[in-house]
Amino acid sequence: MSTQTPGRVVVVGGGMVAHKFADELCRTSPDGDWTLTVIGDEPSAPYDRVHLSEYFDGRSPEALVMDQTPWSDPRVTLVIGDAVDRLDLDQRAVVTRSGRVEPYDNLVLATGSWAWTPRTEGTDLPGVFSYRTMADVVGLREWIALRSEKLGRPLSGAVVGGGVLGLEAAAALQKLGASATVVEFADRLMNVQLDAGGGEALRVLITDMGIDVRTATGATRLGPAGDGPVATMDLSDGSTIPADVVVFSTGIRPRDRLARESGLAIGDRGGVVVGPTCRTSDTAVWAIGECASFENEATGLVAPGNAMAEVVVDQLFGGRKTYERFPEGTKLKGVGIDAASFGDIFALTPGALEVSFSDPVAKTYKKLVVSDDAQTLLGGVFVGDIALYSSLRPLLDRPLGADPSAFLAPEGGGGLPSVDLPDDVVVCSCANVTAGTVRDAVTHQGCMNVGDVKACTKAGTVCGSCVPLLTKIVNTTLEKNGIAVSRAMCEHFEMGRAELFELVRHEGLRTFTEVIGAHGTGRGCAVCKPVVASILSSLGFGHVLEREHAAIQDTNDHVLANMQKDGTYSVVPRVPGGEITPERLMVLGEVAQEFGLHTRITGAQRIAMFGARIDQLPDIWKRLVDAGFESGQAYGKSLRAVKSCVGQAWCRFGVQDSVGMAVKIEMRYRGLRSPHKFKIGVSGCARECAEARGKDVGVIATEKGWNVYVGGNGGFTPRHADLLAEDLDDDGLIRVIDRFLAFYIRSADRLQRTAPWVAEYPGGIPELRKVLVDDVLGIGAELDASMAEHVESYEDEWRATLDDPEKLRRFVSFVNAPDQHDPDLAYTSERGQVRPARPGEKADNNPVIARHLEVRK
Amino acid sequence: MTAWIDVCALEDLVPERGAAALLEGTQIAVFRLLDDEVVAVQQKDPFSGANVLSRGLVGSAGDRTIVSSPMYKQVWDVRTGECLDAAGKTPQDLASYPARVADGRVEVQAVARVVEPVAEPGADDEVGR
Repeated sequence: MSTQTPGRVVVVGGGMVAHKFADELCRTSPDGDWTLTVIGDEPSAPYDRVHLSEYFDGRSPEALVMDQTPWSDPRVTLVIGDAVDRLDLDQRAVVTRSGRVEPYDNLVLATGSWAWTPRTEGTDLPGVFSYRTMADVVGLREWIALRSEKLGRPLSGAVVGGGVLGLEAAAALQKLGASATVVEFADRLMNVQLDAGGGEALRVLITDMGIDVRTATGATRLGPAGDGPVATMDLSDGSTIPADVVVFSTGIRPRDRLARESGLAIGDRGGVVVGPTCRTSDTAVWAIGECASFENEATGLVAPGNAMAEVVVDQLFGGRKTYERFPEGTKLKGVGIDAASFGDIFALTPGALEVSFSDPVAKTYKKLVVSDDAQTLLGGVFVGDIALYSSLRPLLDRPLGADPSAFLAPEGGGGLPSVDLPDDVVVCSCANVTAGTVRDAVTHQGCMNVGDVKACTKAGTVCGSCVPLLTKIVNTTLEKNGIAVSRAMCEHFEMGRAELFELVRHEGLRTFTEVIGAHGTGRGCAVCKPVVASILSSLGFGHVLEREHAAIQDTNDHVLANMQKDGTYSVVPRVPGGEITPERLMVLGEVAQEFGLHTRITGAQRIAMFGARIDQLPDIWKRLVDAGFESGQAYGKSLRAVKSCVGQAWCRFGVQDSVGMAVKIEMRYRGLRSPHKFKIGVSGCARECAEARGKDVGVIATEKGWNVYVGGNGGFTPRHADLLAEDLDDDGLIRVIDRFLAFYIRSADRLQRTAPWVAEYPGGIPELRKVLVDDVLGIGAELDASMAEHVESYEDEWRATLDDPEKLRRFVSFVNAPDQHDPDLAYTSERGQVRPARPGEKADNNPVIARHLEVRK
Repeated sequence: MTAWIDVCALEDLVPERGAAALLEGTQIAVFRLLDDEVVAVQQKDPFSGANVLSRGLVGSAGDRTIVSSPMYKQVWDVRTGECLDAAGKTPQDLASYPARVADGRVEVQAVARVVEPVAEPGADDEVGR
């Protein structure tokens, strides 16, 4: 790389590609002497427009904002909410609407596209929306809430345009409680990405969702209601449909006004003309992303824009990277239906052959397009089942390596041919990572799993569609390198938890001695003993402190409390759904006061009391159990709490009784032992105040019932839960959760939370849905039965302990001096409560006294 | 001859589990192993400073019998007190105490034994002391 420097760089536009450019610039030149100003007209920092529809699944605008690291670089300035008004190419400066003048040495246009709307009469009526920006989706949600309140009924929605975004918009209307009709001028849905067979298969699936599909029809006029806003839509077939809310998704056009007005070359079909270096007709001006016209075509996807951003950064430092059009694939998302395609969809290549397989029972359609000798892959169309999309797309224009029909055969026909991708094939087109880079990360950078490779190469971190393929490459490479991916739990058990679970279940083993005798060696350890304890408990083999089970419990399970840093314990009774009576609240206060415990409200809507000595636990719990409390299992790898919002009972916006459902769920799964702790949330409306999508199981109320999401997590690796099933009634909801939890308990690894388990489940959510909702494996009844057994056999662990003198023996301070207790415990006072004292602090062994110590400043 | 101090009945202890005891003012952790052998180490976990080792899980590592700290999961040989896994920290051994079963009673001597350092051959003149 030469010593060329970019100088003062100005980017016009604040979208995803501008973000990519800023990020790339900072990474490429961490110490360079340049400045960057990014000017965006939207009122927020660049956000993830690709996943905009997730706003309707409860993802907040803030959560959609892209990584803010580039904006904290002192050389970078991000200007938002101000539009560039004109370019002064002679003076090399841009002037914004607010009067800001920004001189540049290099100008990068990244203005993106705008949503084109046909000049249909009535498009200016209130209630008519585009579907492109955060403002669009926020406005859409507000409109539907306000208008349906005013009209006193659910709204009729209509979407003009049956492309990927139009279908996303239609699904969004449904999520917001409106009905949806999709009006498409072409003869099929997704007419740019799907052939006739694929379009027909998609129509069936979309119609199944309750969305009305009208193809070969145009919207000719929108009519107003008596009070002004849109109410009807006239169609070209002469019919009129109700339309209280209308979304236009009829294509995008490059935003090239600034370039046009300043005299830069513009493409025939719009867009700023650029060559392979992404330079425009002015040598100091570059254009990237959807506003750029390369080979007379403007792109409509983020991946090419990201590639262009990389090219320009490289060029600015004197590099020679150039842009070339790369195969674009499209995947439908945010709708809950799978459809994807890539390459020569319509077999326009001379001599191209099409091999297709349509299954009207499974409602799938798959087509491969290959060269005339059937050797080279030219394209593919997949609807209903897109497993092949991510594995075959990288092979575009390369030898397929097997008979095309072998790929399309229904499952059970011997599995997919194995495909060994050449090193130069791009696996992740969002981050532009090749198979070779992935293999190198495993072989030379020490990556041991997909997570490592994601962190190291960024592959799979944008849209995630390549993760299945990534996983395959990583595992194959590990195996080739002779790294056996060991699943051994510890030196005593050679198998992983899931395998051991099945063995214990099938063979009916009931004690640790039996289990280690049959399948392990030695005497166990702190790793395998709690795992076996959890498995035996999950299978319903008695109280955790029963007989031999007691000896293998971790200290927390052993004394049914959670050990704190000084060796005392916390006490956390169950407060189902976060709902507690004043009387019970007072009991907690009295107990905490009497025993000198520190009280605080936990994140799970419960009250924790800290500082209980092991010998005090039975006395404390006796008081609690007598007052009607039961164990909250805050110490166990089990259900912790079900968090809820206040719901329909009090909230003006609630559409279902979230507290009632939370209580019902908590009472059902209380005490259920699992591979790791799990948490559940229930929100009474799409506002999602219970933060349910951050939980292992998230339940969100809809007008029609409940949506259930799975695999969410907070903590070290936050993850939003994915939609598993929609609009369930109460019983349907419980059945899906039953099966999800039972299946997780059966097949997850040791200490594997649901988030990675869901993420790593082969085939992901669509496959899980088939297993849990459609019951394709035929294990539904078995899973239902195992959960019914749990519900049946539940007993409160603390009540059972208090009733059994044998179990109470362990709660002794010293086996030879039960009347004394740990003299080393030392407490001091802070904010009116006790905490363990640090060395040198004024302290007392008795927390009741320590609470009133004066704090030395 | 150091006196054996009576702690409790063997039946007061659960196989493969520990209990805390006070030994002339010192807190110790007494463990009953599978074959009714009893062993004793200090109760204080040197890594956390809390008196909790009696509540750790007992198990095996190869042919050694081990106890894991319930706090941060360090591992010791429960017979000798030798630290086998310091979980990334500087290893710290435990004091161990002679223990036996006599007439169904668990007895311990109040003599803290420390782990014999394993000297490297040639490192100093006192090899084999």
